[in-house]
Amino acid sequence: MATEKHGMSMSKKKKIANTASYIALGLISIIWILPFIFLVLKSFDTGNTGVTRDILPSAWGFDNYSYLFSSDCNFLQWYFNTFIIALFVCVIQTAMQFMMAYTLSRFRFKLRKPLMNIMLVLGMFPGFLTMIVLYQLLKTIGLTGDNAVPGLILVYVASSGMGYYVIKGFLDTLPKSLDEAALVDGANRMQIFIKVILPLCKPILIYTVLTSFMGPWGDFVFAYTVSLGSQAGMNVAAGLNSWLSPANIGAHFTHFCAGGVIVAIPVMVLFMFLQKYYVEGVTGGAVKG
Amino acid sequence: MAQQMSDLEYLKLNKFQRFGLKFVAFFKAIPGWFKNLGIKIWAFLKRSFWGIVNFFKNLGLTFWYGDWKTKVSYFVMGFGSVMRGQWLRGILFFLFEVIFILYLALFGGHYLGRLYILGTVESTIGDDGTIVYGENSFNILLYGVLSLFFIVAFIYTWYLNIKQNRIGEEYEKAQKKLATASDDVRALVDKDFYKTLLALPTLGILIFTILPIFFMILVAFTNYDKSHFPPQNLFGWVGFDNFGLLLQWGNSEGASFSMTFGQILLWTLVWAFFATFTNYFLGMLVAMLINKKGIKLKKLWRTVLVFSIAIPQFISILFVSNMFAEDGIINGILGAISGGKLFIDFWGEAWIARITVIVINIWIGVPYLMLVVTGILMNIPADLYESANIDGASAWQQYSKITLPYMLFITGPYLLTSFTGNMNNFNVIYLLTGGGPKVQEYYGNAGKTDLLITWLFSLAVNDTNYKLAAVIGIMVFIVVAVLSLVIYNIIPSTRNEEEFQ
Repeated sequence: MATEKHGMSMSKKKKIANTASYIALGLISIIWILPFIFLVLKSFDTGNTGVTRDILPSAWGFDNYSYLFSSDCNFLQWYFNTFIIALFVCVIQTAMQFMMAYTLSRFRFKLRKPLMNIMLVLGMFPGFLTMIVLYQLLKTIGLTGDNAVPGLILVYVASSGMGYYVIKGFLDTLPKSLDEAALVDGANRMQIFIKVILPLCKPILIYTVLTSFMGPWGDFVFAYTVSLGSQAGMNVAAGLNSWLSPANIGAHFTHFCAGGVIVAIPVMVLFMFLQKYYVEGVTGGAVKG
Repeated sequence: MAQQMSDLEYLKLNKFQRFGLKFVAFFKAIPGWFKNLGIKIWAFLKRSFWGIVNFFKNLGLTFWYGDWKTKVSYFVMGFGSVMRGQWLRGILFFLFEVIFILYLALFGGHYLGRLYILGTVESTIGDDGTIVYGENSFNILLYGVLSLFFIVAFIYTWYLNIKQNRIGEEYEKAQKKLATASDDVRALVDKDFYKTLLALPTLGILIFTILPIFFMILVAFTNYDKSHFPPQNLFGWVGFDNFGLLLQWGNSEGASFSMTFGQILLWTLVWAFFATFTNYFLGMLVAMLINKKGIKLKKLWRTVLVFSIAIPQFISILFVSNMFAEDGIINGILGAISGGKLFIDFWGEAWIARITVIVINIWIGVPYLMLVVTGILMNIPADLYESANIDGASAWQQYSKITLPYMLFITGPYLLTSFTGNMNNFNVIYLLTGGGPKVQEYYGNAGKTDLLITWLFSLAVNDTNYKLAAVIGIMVFIVVAVLSLVIYNIIPSTRNEEEFQ
C-alpha cells in the first residue's frame, strides 16, 4: 500500500515536471520563431514602409516583393553578386582548409609547430585590422567599387587556411593505420589524400562547404568596405543594410524585410537539408577545439 | 597546493575553504609562471644566439672548404646545383635571384630607402590649379615592408642554395647519387607532399594576413589620420606618442581618448563575460530540457531552434534591432498590453541598451550552444546517473555533481575561445545598436555599447583615424593574448593531439 502510494506520487510528480517542461519548450519555441513571423508579416505590409508599432500590417500586398524585382533597385544585382561569391568561396575555401588541415594532421615536419603557433597568434588580432590595407591593395589592382566581386572572393579565400581547426580535429580521429596500409600497398601521399582520406571525410566536407557557402551571405564588414559606395559591387548584406540608414529606413524597411525573406529561403532550405552534417561539425569542433 | 596537505585533509574542508585555497594557490602560482616564462625566453634567446653563430660559421666553413662550384654559388644562386645535375633546383634558385634583384632595382629599393622617413616631398598645387602629388607615405610604408619580407625570403633561399651545395659535395665524396629533377617532382606528391599542399594557403596568409597586420602595427607608430592622409598629405613616424595617449588624464584630447578606451574596455569585458556565460548556461538548460527522458517531439524542438541559425545573421539581427526600436513592434505590444502607458526606449539609455543587447544575444547564441551541449551530454556515461538515482540524488545534485563538472572539463577550451570571440563579436553589437547610444564625453563618436572592435571600425571607416584604430587593434590583441595565456594555465587541458590516433 505504502509503496503504491509512493509510486503514484512519483508518477504524478513526473507528470507535473513533464507538463512544466512542455510549457517551457513551447514558450521557447514561440520566442525563437516569433521574430521570423513578424519579419514575414512585415514583408507583406503595403500600408507603411517604415518601422511601425503595428503587429499586423494595415494593408496587405506583394508590392515589396515586386519592388525587389523591378528596375528601381539593385537587389537582383546584389543577389547575383552574393551567389557568385558564395559559389567560388565555398569551393576554394574548402580546398584551402582541407590542404592545411590534412598537412597538419598527417605530416610531421620541422616548421609544423611554429606554423600552428603563428596561426594561433594571428587569430588573436582583430580580423579587420587588415581591412584598411586590403582595401588599398585591392584598389591598386582595380578590384574595388564596381569590381568588388573578384576582390571580395580573394579577401575571403586568401587567408582561409587559418580556419583549419574543425577539419583537423576530424582528421585526427581517423586512424593512422589507414595511411600506413595504403603506403605499404605502394600508394603515394597524394593518392592517399585523394583516394583514401577524402572519401572518409564526407560529413566534415559537407559541413565545410555549407558553412563557407553561408559565410558570404552574412558578411557585412568586408563587403561594405571593398564595394565602398558602389551599388553594383555590393553583396546582399551590404546592400540591404544600406536601406536601413536613417535617411532610407522610412521608405525601405518593408523592402528590407522582403529582401531578407528572399535571401533567407534558399539558404534555409539548404541548411535544413544538411542539418545533420552541420550538427556533427559543430559538436565535433567544439569538443576538439 | 601551498602547504602540502593530503587528499584526505583537502576532502574534509567545506566548499568555501576549498575555494579559498584554490584562490590563494592561483595567485601564489603567478610568480612561478613568470619564472617559467623568463626561463623559456632565456632559452629561446640562447638558442637563437647559437643558431645565428652556427649559421655564419657554416656559411664560412662551406665557403672555405667548398669547391669552385660552391664558391660561385655564393654569388650566382643555383650554379652548383646545375653543375651537379640538379638542373630544376638550380634554375629555380637562379630565377628567384634574378626576380629579387630586378624587384629591388626597379621597384622595391626606392621604397625601402624612404622607409626611415616615409617621404619628404609634399603635394603642391600646380600653376593650373591641379594637385601635383608628392611622395605617397602609404605606398612607401607598404612596399617598404613588402621589400623587407622579400629580403628575408631571399636570405633564407640563399642559405638553402648554399646548403644544397654542401649536401652535394658530401654526396659526391660518398659517391651517392643526388636527387634528379624527376625525383624532385615525384617527391612533391609523395614525401614532400606537404610542401605542395601548404604552398598556396601559406602564401595567402602571408600576403593577406601577415603583411597587413605587420603594416598596421607599424601604423600605430605613425600619425596616419585625417589630416595626414596620402596622397594629399604625408604621414611620418611619431614613436610611442599614440600609445602615450592611453596614459594621459586631465582635460586634453588624449585624456578623453584614454578615458574612452578604459570605459569601452571595461564594457567589452563585462559584455564578453555575460554573453559567454548566459549563453552557456541557458544553452545547457535548453539542451537538457529537450533531452530529458519522457519528452516527446525532441526533433521538433531542436529544429525550431536550429531554424534561427539557418537565417543569415544580418537579417535576423537587423530586424530584431528594429523590433526594439522606439517605434518598433515590441513597444507596440507593450503599449497594447498596458493600454498605452508602458514604453521603453531600448536603444536610448546606456544601461537599458546594454541589458537589451545581452538579452538579444541570448536569443542569437542559445541555439548554437544547444547543439554543442547536446553532443556532449550524450557522451556522459549513463551509468553515472543510474547509480546517482539509486543513491537517491536529487536532480540538482546530479546536475551539479555530474553534468556540470563533466561539461566544464570538456568545454573548457571552447569557453575560452567563445569568451575571446565575444570580445570581438562585431556583428551582434554593430548590427543591433551601431555602438549607440552615442555620448558626447566619449572620444571619436563612440557609444555606450561600443566594443573595442566596433569602435576600431568606426574610427577607421568614419574618421579615417588609422593611427588610433591601429593602437586599439594592438591593445585588443594584447588583452586576448594575455587572457588566453592565463586561462590556459588554469583550466585542465583536454587537448592532446595524438590521443585519438
